[in-house]
Amino acid sequence: MMHGWYTQFAQLVLVLVMAPLLSGVTRRIRSRLLRRRGPSIFQPYRDLLKLIRKEAVVADNASWLFRIAPYAIFATTWVAAALIPTFAAGLTFSAAADVIVIVALLGTARFFLALAGLDVGTSFGGLGSSREMMFASLAEPAMLLVVFTVSLFAGSTQLSSISTYMAGPDIGLSISLALALIALIIVALAENARIPVDNPATHLELTMVHEAMILEYSGRHLAVIEAAASLKLLLYLSLIACMFAPWGTTLAGNDVVAYAVGLGAYAFKLAVLGFGLVVFETAIAKMRVFRVPEFLGMALMLGLLGAILLFVSRVSQ
Amino acid sequence: MTPLETDIAHLLAGSMVLVSFLLLYQDRMSALINIFALHSWVLAFSVAWQAYVQSAPHLFITALIALAFKGVVIPVALHRIVVRLGIHRSIESVVSIGPTMLLGMALVALSIVVMMPVTESAGAFVREDLAFALSIVLLGLLMMVTRRNAVGQIIGFMSLENGLVLAATGAQGMPLVVEISVAFSVLIAFIVIGMFLFRIRERFDSVDVRALDMSRGESA
Repeated sequence: MMHGWYTQFAQLVLVLVMAPLLSGVTRRIRSRLLRRRGPSIFQPYRDLLKLIRKEAVVADNASWLFRIAPYAIFATTWVAAALIPTFAAGLTFSAAADVIVIVALLGTARFFLALAGLDVGTSFGGLGSSREMMFASLAEPAMLLVVFTVSLFAGSTQLSSISTYMAGPDIGLSISLALALIALIIVALAENARIPVDNPATHLELTMVHEAMILEYSGRHLAVIEAAASLKLLLYLSLIACMFAPWGTTLAGNDVVAYAVGLGAYAFKLAVLGFGLVVFETAIAKMRVFRVPEFLGMALMLGLLGAILLFVSRVSQ
Repeated sequence: MTPLETDIAHLLAGSMVLVSFLLLYQDRMSALINIFALHSWVLAFSVAWQAYVQSAPHLFITALIALAFKGVVIPVALHRIVVRLGIHRSIESVVSIGPTMLLGMALVALSIVVMMPVTESAGAFVREDLAFALSIVLLGLLMMVTRRNAVGQIIGFMSLENGLVLAATGAQGMPLVVEISVAFSVLIAFIVIGMFLFRIRERFDSVDVRALDMSRGESA
């Protein structure tokens, strides 16, 4: 019992500490692929510290919502990231670690972000919020279809049981799982404002979505939002690793060696996924904003097709 | 069949449905032809897998025919045709992609609803295979309806025929003679259609089939 608590606490700290490092590593690899030297992998930590020390400038007509939104976004994202079994399963809160809960927590964060974008009343913020909502209306159903497909396999929507099932011997070769994985990757790209959908490295584009919403933020508010954004990237990569590559995770209460193996496997999985993300991003061009619904519609379609094919193979047996 | 063998057969047949959707989604001409080649390759692998699993050597010949004709000869010929017609860089789509995809999903659901009850006595894989084959046929028809360009319609027709071959291999009863004659008739149909393409272009300066409506006096 106590092991569960310790591991859960370690997980809370771990995701918070790892998230900026993951952003730093991906930026560094990206620069290298573009034949630039790139900043140090610890640069995101320095950025966050710098932003926290700076004064937070708030627009005159900003309401209380504008001030609490960053903390709400950060809190919901942090809780969602801490619920995913990363290096060890059997955490204290794993009873609550339902995939649908995680989708709902992310939805809450998005809701606050969109409200914050609208709050000050600048045209850019409104634009960003409206686009974010347009994308979300396709990305969220796609995500839920992926969740349904995977949980039909595992017989549960709980993440720890899903990852146990996926690591177990019952799992066969199935096209539904492949379709669900591709759909989840597309959703992850869109949700994290990565390249084919949005450019994370720019503040000065008419087509930006995420940056447009947080344009009015500065100082510690911005620091908190940036931390939440890197947590979200970590969350999606951990979710993919947990559902589709759950090897090496240990159970809470095992010995130290098992924990070390779990941590090492987790770091390795994150590195591989991050590298894949960066290679994909450098290989592909950014889409026009009005192509994005088609891209996300494809994720929705793949999720639906996966569920249908699974249904066929279940019915015919 | 062992579970793994069934899984691989399911994977290949399901991939064919997926590639049919890619055909519906793609609106660039040369990419469309490449995806059609992929469709035929997946078909060939699927048929070859069936041949291995059912230990029916004549199916290997079917697979080889699919691979040679529809996986290589027809795509190469189509590439040449579109280059000669000067439409290899064209982008076209009559109905926008979103509604087409939804319609395609509905067709897949329809074919499952139709096929599952009528094949109850058959084995697990045959039922699945027939449901997938019917959806590939319907998706091919949908593609023929939604494309305005004659080349797009040809590809829709060919993907429809791939669905028929898939159904025939799953059903375990199609004689080899029939399959070979079907393959050759498709090749002949392709040659005839190819000739017609050039005739249409000669007469109307485009391969947009709306021009045919006008010559029939259907629309002003």
